[in-house]
Amino acid sequence: MNDMRYEAPDTIDGAVALLAGGRGEVRALAGGTDLLVQLRAEMIAPELVVDLKRIPELRSIAAEDGGFRVGAAVSGAELGEHPGVKALWPGVVEAVELIGSTQIQGRASLGGNLCNASPAADSVPAMIAARAVARVAGPAGTREVPVEEIAIGPGKTSLAKGEIVVSVLLPARPARSGDAYLRFIPRTEMDIAVVGAGVSLTLDESGVCSAARVALGAVAALAMLVPEAAAALVGTTLDEAALERLAAAASGACRPIDDKRGTKEYRIKVAGVLARRAALIAAERAGRS
Amino acid sequence: MPTVSMTVNGRSAAGEVEGRTLLVEFLREHLRLTGTHVGCDTSQCGACVVHVNGKSVKSCTLLAVQAEGAEVTTIEGLAQNGELHPMQAAFKEHHGLQCGFCTPGMVMSAVDLLNTNAHPSETEIRDWLEGNICRCTGYHNIVKAIQAVAQGQGG
Ligand SMILES: Cc1cc2nc3c(=O)[nH]c(=O)nc-3n(C[C@H](O)[C@H](O)[C@H](O)COP(=O)(O)OP(=O)(O)OC[C@H]3O[C@@H](n4cnc5c(N)ncnc54)[C@H](O)[C@@H]3O)c2cc1C
Ligand code: FES
Ligand code: FES
Repeated sequence: MNDMRYEAPDTIDGAVALLAGGRGEVRALAGGTDLLVQLRAEMIAPELVVDLKRIPELRSIAAEDGGFRVGAAVSGAELGEHPGVKALWPGVVEAVELIGSTQIQGRASLGGNLCNASPAADSVPAMIAARAVARVAGPAGTREVPVEEIAIGPGKTSLAKGEIVVSVLLPARPARSGDAYLRFIPRTEMDIAVVGAGVSLTLDESGVCSAARVALGAVAALAMLVPEAAAALVGTTLDEAALERLAAAASGACRPIDDKRGTKEYRIKVAGVLARRAALIAAERAGRS
Repeated sequence: MPTVSMTVNGRSAAGEVEGRTLLVEFLREHLRLTGTHVGCDTSQCGACVVHVNGKSVKSCTLLAVQAEGAEVTTIEGLAQNGELHPMQAAFKEHHGLQCGFCTPGMVMSAVDLLNTNAHPSETEIRDWLEGNICRCTGYHNIVKAIQAVAQGQGG
């Protein structure tokens, strides 16, 4: 086994140049909570690992156009301590805070959760529901990519060689908006989602839902947006009939696998239940009386 | 091979490591500080928890080279002048261990908890220890030991 080279540049350009110039397998490293486990299991054998944690842009949270730009290597614990982000996008923050235990929280990042491309990554459905956009830097410059276009299959991303996610923009949102993320796991802690559901919605002055986004995780090869589920909410007061339609649409969109954590039928059923509960929490956060 | 230097339990420590060497391997195999345990290969068990710059981390989720220049404290660094740290004394007093495999990580996590939150509730203690797995005790006496230290009546 060849030894792995470790570099910790302090600029985006430096990281991109190193990753683009690596001869064999190259990997970005943020918190390492996925990467080092994969390295120990010999699932990966990179020739070069580029630590992104020393790059200021990847470590900061900044207000931008009424929303927040969150550095890709910001840890879950740091995000959870930021009152502004928590007030604007509580569902995204609660999803990130579900990742692992105390010590994992201290290291695991939003960018790592996104780029690890697990179909069960907890922050991803919440970010998709939030219409988050990733800023990607690479040898060819910078591009803005909706988060749902980063993963293209389990463990695979659309990032080209040398590209890294620099930050994620959680956008501004209208008044009377709320979001929520719920997941179901067989144990109460430290397990992988069987189903995850993120909902973001806006209510008008009379309490009618004027816009919604619903995203599901762990029920297909990719976390996905479910427009039919969102459509079931728009124009309603989230009455029982609308919630039934939401649940049916969420269940109908699932293309899950069977595994030891849950059967297909079970995941399909739970997806509907979670989408409905997440919608009610989001509506409450949006000020529904 | 890269070289790395850091402060471990107040003393400077340096060595040549492979790029892929984990901090826990550096501590155990290079420095022979075998109090820090390895209980899994998936970063789940928490037996390897140490403090890096005052914060608890799983030393299997960090490369040794990532700890360059850091202040590291392991379980061996807690006792002062032959006196157990109050948390160690409380674990002993309240039977917070049986086989002891998880104990170094438990104690290091618990010390960080009280540094962060001096008077945690029972729920906060249990939540904090989510990433520290114990096969023996059922956690009850571990929680009691931590509560005792928080109430100033350690060992
Ligand atoms: C005990 C334990 C419990 C866990 N629990 C959960 C859980 O409940 N929910 C959950 O979703 N996950 C969980 N995870 C998985 C993991 O912690 C998360 O996916 C975490 O967010 C990964 O972030 P990281 O910063 O550690 O990523 P790393 O391990 O550093 O990187 C992960 C992958 O993304 C790439 N990468 C990282 N950052 C970038 C970037 N900025 N640009 C391009 N590529 C990048 C890396 O090359 C690597 O392939 C758990 C892991 C452990 C060990
Ligand atoms: S050895 Fe199990 S968490 Fe580090
Ligand atoms: S005392 Fe045996 S694992 Fe905790």
